Amino acid sequence: MPDRSSTLALAARLRMTFEAAGAQVVDPPLLQPAGTLLDLYGEDIRARAYVTSDAVRGEQMLRPDFTLPVVQMHMREGAEPARYTYSGEVFRRQEQDPDRASEYLQVGYEVFERDDPAGADAEVFALIALQLRGLPLRAATGDIGILMAAVQGLETTEVRKAALMRHIWRPRRFRALLDRYAGRSPVPEARLKLLSSEGVLTGSAPALGKRSEAEVDARIELLRADAAAPPLAENELLALEALMAVRETVPFALEQMRDIAVDLPAITPALDRLDTRVAALKARGIDIDSLDFEASYGRTSMEYYDGFVFGFYAAARPDLPPIASGGRYDALTRQLGQGSDIPAVGGVLRPDLMLMLEEGQS
Amino acid sequence: MSLKLGVPSKGRLMEKTFDWFAKRGLTLSRTGSEREYAGAIEGVPGMELVLLSAGEIPRELAAGRIHLGVTGTDLVQEKLPLWEQQLQELQPLGFGHADLILAVPQCWIDVDTLGDLDAVAASFRRLHGHRLRIATKYHRLVREFLTEAGVADYQLVDSQGATEGTVKNETAEMVADITSTGETLRANHLKLLSDGLVLQSQATLWRSRTAVYEPQERQALKALNDLILG
Repeated sequence: MPDRSSTLALAARLRMTFEAAGAQVVDPPLLQPAGTLLDLYGEDIRARAYVTSDAVRGEQMLRPDFTLPVVQMHMREGAEPARYTYSGEVFRRQEQDPDRASEYLQVGYEVFERDDPAGADAEVFALIALQLRGLPLRAATGDIGILMAAVQGLETTEVRKAALMRHIWRPRRFRALLDRYAGRSPVPEARLKLLSSEGVLTGSAPALGKRSEAEVDARIELLRADAAAPPLAENELLALEALMAVRETVPFALEQMRDIAVDLPAITPALDRLDTRVAALKARGIDIDSLDFEASYGRTSMEYYDGFVFGFYAAARPDLPPIASGGRYDALTRQLGQGSDIPAVGGVLRPDLMLMLEEGQS
Repeated sequence: MSLKLGVPSKGRLMEKTFDWFAKRGLTLSRTGSEREYAGAIEGVPGMELVLLSAGEIPRELAAGRIHLGVTGTDLVQEKLPLWEQQLQELQPLGFGHADLILAVPQCWIDVDTLGDLDAVAASFRRLHGHRLRIATKYHRLVREFLTEAGVADYQLVDSQGATEGTVKNETAEMVADITSTGETLRANHLKLLSDGLVLQSQATLWRSRTAVYEPQERQALKALNDLILG
């Protein structure tokens, strides 16, 4: 492993490059209130972040990443447009994977910009690719926005679309919902029994807890309406499945997805945005013809990305986490902005892993 | 040094463990006064009995301070991440059966599966402004189970006892707890989710993979194995 002082030195150099690109240096606190993180990620974050507490401030987490505090800071006091850079430790529990570092340096670059999202995407990707030049890495890219557009465009009820949207980042539950809505998986016995009855059903068991009878009745109404809704159309379902399986170099992926858009026309605007991004990447000297695109990329990383996503992986070391990764998180700024929002994209580098790969090369 | 066997220090679990070993020709007993946690083993030379709280046995095994231990599968899997790397399961003992289950109020007639629970958690959060609370003391097991199942918008609240009562007191909306017959659940107007079995647990004899085994300890382990595994 590279020693700490050379890792720090590389981190400082990386951050200076981002400063030279126009970013302002920020230094968020190590301790973050746990509540915000839990609201955002749910209990799953406890498996990844270290939790500590005191009697006055309550539960705090050792920062598991920088994006969240940077977004909060920008939404509070930032001017537009803004570019930020940072360098410092993040902490991750690695109980399932004890060989991975639980404390490491991250250097990041985040862009908050309204006017030219494709340009900002390309700017972040190209700047990070530039820092990594010479290392034996493979880049993966994707676009969660295309998948979201596909779900929004399905000819089905708003309730079903909302359920699918909520689980885009949980592929297994997403799959189960899709099978249910397509009529592929059998309706569970208890549901059939419930739906075979009529009228108000609550009152048979004593009321208990905070979830009211009205809430139960309301859901039964929803379930009845859902049972009456037709299954997803076969052509839409097949198109959605074909879309999720797209894994090609960018030009071929675009071609495949344009074909899929015949059955899922709602993805066309998202594909046009991808076209614009591709042009912007090209203009920054990225070799598009050899760049990989996976339509499902970024769905399992438990992140907040909702557009362009990317990661750089060590080709010969599949055991390593990504050396760099990032993406667009417009919805996160809306969630944390208390009424305001701004398109945002960013990425982080792992100087420790960069040095390790460099050492391995020489 | 001797081969150390950790056994729960009190209650039915201790008695049944003693019985189980007695049937196989090994006499375990407490020595000294009723309140003193000291014990003895006869039947295999070179063994030592260590009486411990059942909840501490997984940690002691993982640390290698005892070679063998009797405790529930639930406690091992809750307390030790990657437990297979630290412990070897020698023998389930056939008692101390308990299931870690998810239970919701009986009046939630619209909820029977994890899929239902997930949908309800989403609307509950929208309506009440906080995530649906699940009272439990098995945080890791429940969290991993729900992550695997893709259930979101829930919150685990710690409950170290009288867990079934938390729903009535409105400190939680549902529970994840150990049950053997389900009677306590029914008495508290709760019901099981049909696919909400997190773990089936029973008292089990474990071997530490991290402990040091000197020649005479190996010998004792072999003698014990011959006795109990036949």
